[in-house]
Amino acid sequence: MPKTKNIFIIIGITIVITLFLLSGFASLISPYNPTEQNLYERLQEPGLSHLLGQDSLGRDILSRIIYGSRVSLKVGFLTIFISGIIGTLIGSVAGYYGGRIDRILMQTCDIFLAFPGLLMAITLIAILGPGLDNVIFALCIMGWVSFARLVRGQILSLKNLDYIQAAVACGISDLRIILKHLLPNLMTPIIVHSTFGMAGAIVAEAGLSFLGLGIQPPETSWGMMLSEGRKFLLIAPHMTTFPGLAIMIVVLGLNLLGDGLRDKFDTKTT
Amino acid sequence: MNNYIIKRLFLTIPTVFGVVTLVFLVIHFIPGDPVEIMLGETASQTDKAKLRADLGLDLPVFTQYFRFLSNLIQGDLGTSFYFRQPAFELIMIRLPATIELSLGALAVALIISVPLGIFSAVRQYSYIDQGSLFLALFGVSMPNFWLGPLLIIVFSINLGWLPVSGRGDIFNLILPAITLGSSMAAILTRMIRSSLLDTLKEEYIKTARAKGLPEPIILFKHALRNALLPVVTILGLQFGSLLAGSIITETIFSWPGIGRLTIQAIVSRDYPLVQVCVMAIALGYVFINLLTDLVYAWIDPRIKYE
Repeated sequence: MPKTKNIFIIIGITIVITLFLLSGFASLISPYNPTEQNLYERLQEPGLSHLLGQDSLGRDILSRIIYGSRVSLKVGFLTIFISGIIGTLIGSVAGYYGGRIDRILMQTCDIFLAFPGLLMAITLIAILGPGLDNVIFALCIMGWVSFARLVRGQILSLKNLDYIQAAVACGISDLRIILKHLLPNLMTPIIVHSTFGMAGAIVAEAGLSFLGLGIQPPETSWGMMLSEGRKFLLIAPHMTTFPGLAIMIVVLGLNLLGDGLRDKFDTKTT
Repeated sequence: MNNYIIKRLFLTIPTVFGVVTLVFLVIHFIPGDPVEIMLGETASQTDKAKLRADLGLDLPVFTQYFRFLSNLIQGDLGTSFYFRQPAFELIMIRLPATIELSLGALAVALIISVPLGIFSAVRQYSYIDQGSLFLALFGVSMPNFWLGPLLIIVFSINLGWLPVSGRGDIFNLILPAITLGSSMAAILTRMIRSSLLDTLKEEYIKTARAKGLPEPIILFKHALRNALLPVVTILGLQFGSLLAGSIITETIFSWPGIGRLTIQAIVSRDYPLVQVCVMAIALGYVFINLLTDLVYAWIDPRIKYE
């Protein structure tokens, strides 16, 4: 079993690194301009000149998938970064101080958690309008809650340990205790949670773009490509197949990485 | 048990209140003018002022809020700007379709996850166990807005076995139910496996084996009943999530449910209907969680006495 855990981590890291490389070197790797149209070669199947085929406007699907990785990476990373900071801050305060502050903050979390999945994001975008920035904003609004609960739970179990009590007795400020003594010990669960969160954010963005509420043209998004492909399922199934495969591979990679890291750092199973 | 039910119902009230308030706050405090979104930027100031007055948006926020709560209690959920019908009627017409789809997805999830989870736990580390774990990981990673079109390509277009879209008989339900239920099946498989593995290590199971009880009796009469307790909780939470997941599935298969109505409302910028649809789905989620807690208390007598 330990070998399986390591394989998971290796596969996950490989996929994530590939995503970063695709995103970073898109202009070098991409065989065509993703927005370049060729109306004479619409809906062409995969072939030698266009490895994954062409869409309804003759654009190269492989190039659009490569450039679409930028959107996925941007949304995934920024959502986790921003919601992670907000959630960690709120969870730290709630867990460390406890009492009424904790009750108020956790009841706020419960109210947010009463909204399932994408619903709040869809509602926000319905009001704000579609677009990359609004998608990130909407996903952050929902994303901070799980970080807050995670950090709060961890701090509740750590704050009564002897070394923290010693720090309090020495007169170290609360902020310093939280930042220097508590949070560094939480980095592992936060990182594990972040990998799962990033996978969720990428799927959520793709789902919103699929519904027409996310990324707008001329930017390229995998979800948007799926939505466009749905209209041509009968005659050009490749338009749907390859963007979906890209989403699945990236999400699988992040889930494998998260699973592997969680199993590796779980002291009960090592 | 009655005390527990009453207590749990009382605890739901602040959550319901919080959800309703949050919907109101989100729609009223997010930057952007809903009247301008609904009418477009080229509408005249007179038209905008009239619509603003019709929707009560020219009133102070607190007045709007109390008016909103008052109408809600009286069952007045407003009128759809696009459909020109009471929003409550529109929701009630489409609710059975969403419930049918959610129950279908639940059935798919249970049919797949229960036998697979049990077999994986009983034959831990076997090829089937490893395969089911990997399949579960795929199921969780595969977005339903990709799975749906793939199923349509294979079963509707290439094989011609099932209809492409729409609601009708059981054959119309199969593909949407599989699309919506697949990720739930993946999560439940892992949950059942994990829970059963923990239960099979318990002392009373060792005692049962030492007494010479047949393995099927140990598994189905003793282990499974206790192993399924945490699964019930997850089941409830996941079933609630199906309501939100139905938004995408109903769009793919043109299923006439609340999810598709929500998207139609957003696309047509029907602000009152968006508000009502979101609230309906969120409140459905709250009540399913309540039901889950009550079922859990009914299954596990220890909960009642705590």
